[in-house]
Amino acid sequence: MNQVLSLIFAPEFGYSVLRVTTPILFATLGALIADKAGVTNIALEGIMLIAALSGVVFSAITGSAGVGLLAAVAAGGLVGLFLAYCALKLRTDIILSGIAINLMASGGTVFALFLIAGDKGISSSLASKVLPKLTIPGISSIPVLGTILSGHNVLTYLALAMVAVTFVFLYKTPIGLRIRAVGENPNAAASVGIGVTKIQYMALALSGMMAGLGGAYMSMGYVSWFSKNMTAGRGFIALAAEAMGGATPLGSLLTSLLFGFFDALSNTLQLMKIPSEFVNMLPYAATVVGLVVYTVQKTRRERVAREAAGPTGNAAASGNGATR
Amino acid sequence: MTKQQRLFEVVRTGLAILIALVIALVIILVVSDDPGDALYKFLLGPLGSFRHFGNVIELMIPLVFTGIAISIMFSAAQFNLGAEGGFFIGAIATAFVAIKFNLPPVIHPIVAILFGSLVGSLFCGIPAVLKVKWGASELVSSLMFNYIAFFFGLFLINYYLRDASAGAMVSFLFKPTALLPKLVPKTRISVGIFAAVALVAVAALFMQKTRWGFRIRLTGANAKFSQYSGIDTNAVVVYSQVIGGFIAGLGGSIELLGMYTRFSWQNLPGYGWDGVIVAILARNNPLFVPIAAFFLAYLRIGADIMSRYSDVPNEFVALIQGTIIILIAASSFLAKYRHKLVFKEATRAVSAGGDR
Amino acid sequence: MGMDELLRMEGITKVYPNGIVANKNVDFSVRAGEIHGLVGENGAGKSTLMKILFGLNQAEEGRITLEGKEIRVDSPYAAIGHGIGMVHQHFMLVPSLTAAENLVMGLEPRKGIYLDIAAAIRTTEELGKKYNLIVDPKATVRDLPVGIKQRLEILKALFRGARILILDEPTAVLTPQETEELFSQLKLLREQGNTIVFISHKLNEIKELCDRVTIMRSGSVQGTFDVSSVDEKDISRLMVGRDVILEVEKDEAEPAETVLKVRGLVVFDRFKKRAVDGVSFSVRRGEILGIAGVEGNGQGELVEAITGLGAIAAGEVSVNGKDVDGMSIREIREAGVCHVPEDRMTYGCAPNLGVEANLMSCNHDSPEFTGPVFLKGKEIRANSQRLIAEYAVKCSSPLQEVGMLSGGNIQKVVVAREFSSGPSLIVADQPTRGIDVGATEFIRARLVELRDAGAAVLLVSADLNEVMELSDSLIVMYGGKIRAYAPDAKAVGEEELGLYMLGLKNQSSEEIARVVHD
Repeated sequence: MNQVLSLIFAPEFGYSVLRVTTPILFATLGALIADKAGVTNIALEGIMLIAALSGVVFSAITGSAGVGLLAAVAAGGLVGLFLAYCALKLRTDIILSGIAINLMASGGTVFALFLIAGDKGISSSLASKVLPKLTIPGISSIPVLGTILSGHNVLTYLALAMVAVTFVFLYKTPIGLRIRAVGENPNAAASVGIGVTKIQYMALALSGMMAGLGGAYMSMGYVSWFSKNMTAGRGFIALAAEAMGGATPLGSLLTSLLFGFFDALSNTLQLMKIPSEFVNMLPYAATVVGLVVYTVQKTRRERVAREAAGPTGNAAASGNGATR
Repeated sequence: MTKQQRLFEVVRTGLAILIALVIALVIILVVSDDPGDALYKFLLGPLGSFRHFGNVIELMIPLVFTGIAISIMFSAAQFNLGAEGGFFIGAIATAFVAIKFNLPPVIHPIVAILFGSLVGSLFCGIPAVLKVKWGASELVSSLMFNYIAFFFGLFLINYYLRDASAGAMVSFLFKPTALLPKLVPKTRISVGIFAAVALVAVAALFMQKTRWGFRIRLTGANAKFSQYSGIDTNAVVVYSQVIGGFIAGLGGSIELLGMYTRFSWQNLPGYGWDGVIVAILARNNPLFVPIAAFFLAYLRIGADIMSRYSDVPNEFVALIQGTIIILIAASSFLAKYRHKLVFKEATRAVSAGGDR
Repeated sequence: MGMDELLRMEGITKVYPNGIVANKNVDFSVRAGEIHGLVGENGAGKSTLMKILFGLNQAEEGRITLEGKEIRVDSPYAAIGHGIGMVHQHFMLVPSLTAAENLVMGLEPRKGIYLDIAAAIRTTEELGKKYNLIVDPKATVRDLPVGIKQRLEILKALFRGARILILDEPTAVLTPQETEELFSQLKLLREQGNTIVFISHKLNEIKELCDRVTIMRSGSVQGTFDVSSVDEKDISRLMVGRDVILEVEKDEAEPAETVLKVRGLVVFDRFKKRAVDGVSFSVRRGEILGIAGVEGNGQGELVEAITGLGAIAAGEVSVNGKDVDGMSIREIREAGVCHVPEDRMTYGCAPNLGVEANLMSCNHDSPEFTGPVFLKGKEIRANSQRLIAEYAVKCSSPLQEVGMLSGGNIQKVVVAREFSSGPSLIVADQPTRGIDVGATEFIRARLVELRDAGAAVLLVSADLNEVMELSDSLIVMYGGKIRAYAPDAKAVGEEELGLYMLGLKNQSSEEIARVVHD
């Protein structure tokens, strides 16, 4: 136990928390933008995979990590638009559309990998590039903090910056205002001339681009290759993290860090005698526990509010378990 | 559903499959050096040998189970994707009984399978309870539980059931008494296929001919109406998912004891997700599930054979599956045609009524 | 009209796809700077007329002129462009946004790429001051009381340049204090040269606020008057009346023992107001008790409380001596209650399921239709075929989806299911709304038959024709309370009924207490 604690309180642990939080954070912000516009992006998982592969392939072709990153983001945005097209134009249920995209992504990336790299498991035959790590001059010399904060991949810093950018975008710009209006009361938005569908297309594209950044990090930062199904459910975790974070940028950061913590913990604990499978379970179990705690609190809060306001007399409202 | 509508759905499904196959054709043409041969292997390979056709049937069996599990949960409008984890954890539970227990033949697999099914139903029941009690989305929590099931299952195998002498990460051999006897020589088709057939019949009867199935359909169609009609919709939400989990666990157990002699899965098998495709193709109707499962299994095996004998990797089949899901579930796909049909039928009904 | 006429709608005719004529050759005109009341019963066509003016509906015939020039209003944007704004009953606000954000939504002031929130706040304050519609710009709309939300809606319309404001029953959701405040604000708006169309049922409000009033009934205009020249009784007489006396053939009721007993019932609505405020009455075997009243006076909440869809806050509801409070809907149904819901598409049916499934939703687990395990398919089919024939449901087969049927046939499916359950109490909420004459007559005749067979019937209807013809006795609800009881529905004059319905007259509590049969 002491060994665990000493590992957790080592500055290196803080460093690895940020490292593993990065892709989840991007995806969670992606989930957030879509959710704010009233659409569920369950395709985050597949988008990250596609972006991760795109990054590897295009950086290998051009020899430039920057181009790889752009390709990953563009791929993410395009898949986001495709999801929007399926859900908003073809009117396929958005959950089913997302499931379909995830299936296509998990098989399609292996398919493409085989065609390009001649291997179905890993892209090591491609000379793909990685994005640089940054040493921050001022901070790196501070004892503990320097170890935690400095020397990360450039995308880790971008992810943290994106929390602020997403906040500003959603809460301080006209488009953000419209996104929130559309997600919460599309009729109200439409009544003042806001194009609801257009906004949702845009939100899903942005959501995809955000997940694209997460995918790029996976294959060009976290590791330096693409491997089959390498996202391992991070896109799904992001959905839970977003819900648990109360659908706010700051909440998303905190819940992502929480899962990052458990993820890092599981990596750390694997060095010890604790069964690795048990440890691997931690981030997912933490997600469920977090989600339940969050929803319990929410229902309790709502119940208190309801009781304070007097009975509304609607059994239908409390028993609508089957409506979604 | 009236005859016209059924016809319409058949046309729609056919057209969606056709479009998906055209996409497959295009991919093969682009990718392959010998597209003719690749296409031949893909489309007719499964019929090429007894063994290959056997493979189709082997693959079809788990798809029937998860397809029906998902159909039942989707019928109640519950997006529980835990069939994936339920299938896996059910198999783990079965492995435990198959390895640790000493029971007479016949009894042994039955106990093992029952235990696996119960674990599966418990597994899918948790997201349901979380939803009914606190409104936690069953979609998100069931996705998380899939990973929990996976790692927890591997943990159990590796720490309690692992055969260290086997080299790879596999369990001890199952007791011979637990194995399901093979039915067709030279294939791995076991008597489990009878369970699949029975399940189709039971599930169809349950959904169409019992009051519990009726309540699931009613609640899925309009929960408020269901509640107004005096139905406890929360109970329906829970039991539909418990039943779905039971069937997923049943599928995992039968798959394991029918096809394997020890537990050796290192990944989630993916049959839960395939179940979604099967359920959509079958319109959540258990009677159509075997057809859909056969189709999907045929597609998969065809792709496998093709990838073995040609230069096209079998994963391209995922693109076809995705296309099929999107097109079949797309409510605006052929919506104009449907609208016309509805209108025709409505006017016909009115004029027929007028004659009365 | 004189020089000051601002807007004129001429010869407006609107027929809905289901064949209902909502507006028949309506002429309506508004003068600049007046508050113009528009009154009429539910279904009189006021809302339709205003939706046409605001571009939400398109008229089949007629024209709209603004300041003498003909205008086309084919969308709300077009209406706003012409300076016409509307405040809906259901607010078009985004709860989690601030008041200022809601105000500028869609027309956001910008500073570079950013939303200029300071400008939005300033605008809200300035506009608020100018029109005396003070709203805290930084408050989150979710936390605002209903009255302030409405104020914000009016500001929104003014911000978008509205000179003509349409207010659709604005006081329905307000407390008396809030109403008073609203009126002084509207009067200020009038002084500043704005024109207001004020839709209401409440004649005292019309008298207090409006300059002129237009009265509608059954899709036609009954007249436009200076408010000072008419009294409330005149308006009431023009507003409440029957055009066609639709006779329902029935014998004298022979009421027996009490089936439904309601005592001191209190129910809250979703705005936490006392929608039903201490109501007591009885419905006896063999009688149809009608509840007359303008919609939104507590009838809906009353029905929900009796049928178990809503909660009882205080008081007693019992059926055949059994207390309904705390019973599940199923238990209430088993106690002999059936319910024809007001909203048949939400509560009355599953549109995507077949006629048969919809017919068996309530009684699929009775021994008649199910064995220990399996449903009795043959019996169910025979029953659905019998009901389809008996209720003359026009469908191609018992498996046809209900959503494909016409409104009248859907309603027949609903009543076939409900009436065939052998009920001792029938709660029929707007049983013939929006359906064709044939189905209407059919359903009314069935209600009488069931009464004769010994059922107690509670009929809620905003259709005066229906409630007077079909009921044996009736009560009038206004403001969540019973205002009058007529032991013989036919004996009460419609003019007098109108006075009760519009809250202009009350019976004494002794007279009302006669509806409690103990």
